Amino acid sequence: MSDQTIGNKQVAFVRRDVTGTLPAPIMTRGLPAWLRENMFSTPLSGVLTLSSILLVVWIVPDMFRYLFTDAIWSAADGAPCRAPGAGACWAYVGAKFEYFMYGSYPRSQTWRVNLTLVIGAVLILWLLLPQAKKKGLAALMFFVVYPVAAFFLLRGLDGVLSLVETNLWGGVLVSLLVAAVGIVVSLPLGVLLALGRRSQLPFVKFFCVLFIEFVRGVPLITVLFMANTMLPLFVPQEWTPDRMLRPLIGVSLFAAAYMAEVVRGGLQAMPKGQFEGAMALGLSYWQMMRLIILPQALTTVIPGIVNSFIALFKDTTLVAIVGIFDFLRTVETARLDPVWAGPTISTTGYVFAAIFYWVFCFAMSRYSQMLETKLAAGRRR
Amino acid sequence: MKRIIAAASIAAVGAIAATGASAQSGKTLEQIKQRGFLACGTNPGLAGFGLPDSQGAWTGLDVDLCRGIAASIFNDPTKVKFIPMTAKDRFTALQSGEIDVLARNGTWTQSREAELGLLFAGVNYYDGQGFMVRKKLNINSALELNGASVCVQQGTTTELNLADFFRANNLKYEGVAFATSDEAIKAYDSGRCDAYTTDASGLYAERVKLVNADEHVVLPEVISKEPLGPAVRQGDDQWFNIVKWTHFAMVNAEELGITKANVDEKAKSNSPEIKRLLGSEGDFGKTLGLTRDWSYRIVKHVGNYGEIFDKNVGEGSRLKIRRGLNNLWTKGGIQYAPPIR
Repeated sequence: MSDQTIGNKQVAFVRRDVTGTLPAPIMTRGLPAWLRENMFSTPLSGVLTLSSILLVVWIVPDMFRYLFTDAIWSAADGAPCRAPGAGACWAYVGAKFEYFMYGSYPRSQTWRVNLTLVIGAVLILWLLLPQAKKKGLAALMFFVVYPVAAFFLLRGLDGVLSLVETNLWGGVLVSLLVAAVGIVVSLPLGVLLALGRRSQLPFVKFFCVLFIEFVRGVPLITVLFMANTMLPLFVPQEWTPDRMLRPLIGVSLFAAAYMAEVVRGGLQAMPKGQFEGAMALGLSYWQMMRLIILPQALTTVIPGIVNSFIALFKDTTLVAIVGIFDFLRTVETARLDPVWAGPTISTTGYVFAAIFYWVFCFAMSRYSQMLETKLAAGRRR
Repeated sequence: MKRIIAAASIAAVGAIAATGASAQSGKTLEQIKQRGFLACGTNPGLAGFGLPDSQGAWTGLDVDLCRGIAASIFNDPTKVKFIPMTAKDRFTALQSGEIDVLARNGTWTQSREAELGLLFAGVNYYDGQGFMVRKKLNINSALELNGASVCVQQGTTTELNLADFFRANNLKYEGVAFATSDEAIKAYDSGRCDAYTTDASGLYAERVKLVNADEHVVLPEVISKEPLGPAVRQGDDQWFNIVKWTHFAMVNAEELGITKANVDEKAKSNSPEIKRLLGSEGDFGKTLGLTRDWSYRIVKHVGNYGEIFDKNVGEGSRLKIRRGLNNLWTKGGIQYAPPIR
């Protein structure tokens, strides 16, 4: 190999090709780096990671065994579930499933409940899915036609459908009914109350403040108890509203007071310029609210609104204390049935109830997040 | 919080009872007939007394009593609306007229009649606190429980009765208290205690929850008085009589050997007692405001006392409660009905 010349100098070696870059040190890339950064960044976080892993190892296998491998999936009565070492008694949930769904609703008529729920689900999907068309028609159907139709479907119509008294309603039907009525009534009523509270008219303002503060100041249990136990003492028997209607009204009014404060938060977040701009355009009060203020204010408080809905959905279980058989109450009653009673029955029932409530609340939460992302598109940086 | 509500409602009930705003005589029956059904307050969930089955149909001893009342009025045991009542709102609902009769295993006490303005129309189940132990302990009486550990629910009269019983008999025991009956029975089942105590009817209901129910036995001693029966509001003596005599008709029917199955055959009998009960002689139903065949209707549609006992809490059910005190007076119990004549 001959020596090379660069300029007028003789050099011994010149590298012609570029060496590839070395990989980054092992601890700064891939899984180890991720672990180090997220799991073991400090001694404390390392301890927390290890104890969390221990916790999972300690709980999950037993839970899995209890809920799946040791569980009794089919049985004619509670005997197999009472055997030592038996896990969750899903057979009991299977046997009581209709009761959980419909309560005491006559079994020959349950198609009416199913039909009502299916129509409701279709309308809700129509209303909520962003890509669906003709939302105005959907809203009319859901908020006006559907409640009336559902009422007659469930309760019956003279000569067409046999009468099913509300004291026979129960289970999931009642839970969804209370939640749906609460949600549908509380949002518009809450908006009105929030507007009223910010109104310049003294009487409107006074009434709204009084209502909101009074209702928020008492526990829901008290409201339900007043409605279901004390009300019949004060009004003649013929005037007392139906036992199912009372908690519906109570829950709706209660939720509306909370909703009003959530909406008011949104209204207060609106810059003054939005109001002034709307007025400068010559919009009337209601036009301003409908076209400019509320769409923005409500978008801002979606997390708060959904939070209220989720809380309301779970609060429906409180109607049980006034003797109404909502879903949780049917679970509690069914576990007492001597045919099935056993050491694992209560746990199984409550696990099933937890799954039910979790599915509904999680769905609401996911939908609200989707909606937030979509509506915030204009403000994204 | 709950206590305040309860206190307020009891005060309100007392006020209304004091002003005598409740129904006048005869009004309740009239209202029921007009309305077309009996409004019966039941326990929202107590096995054997008031509990909806898998179909949602109400079952139980108290429930069948209400069916009996409905049968005597309408000749149709289905004309009754069951309204589940919690312990808190039951008396208020009775006062306000929302329910006509409260058949909710309520204990008949002096204060409930004197302060709350109620009338108990009889005792359809004599309950009392008892003990359950494992069979392998070979104990036949609660008096042999010296030194035993006893699982009990906290803060109940049960706990106090337990202390009284052991002190009165100069026995030692170790009480292990739990907040709920579920926890207490679980602890007993896992071997934490030698005995478990609550009301006897509850003992049988809890026993079926145990891993192996047959290994446990309920001791014969009953250490407290818990007479359970239907209650009506004061001020309508006719209605009070109807509820009372519905229970008595069932007990009399059992005593005379009249059952759901043989009532038609027995109606042809020559026995004057049977004739008076089933209405072929005298106007006994009419004087109550009902029809002559009122008790025939009760037995035909619902059955006699022994039958409903057996079906709901006795040998025909999973609870398998012995008749004991609830047997007829002729068979060693204290169920005794005045004669119909």
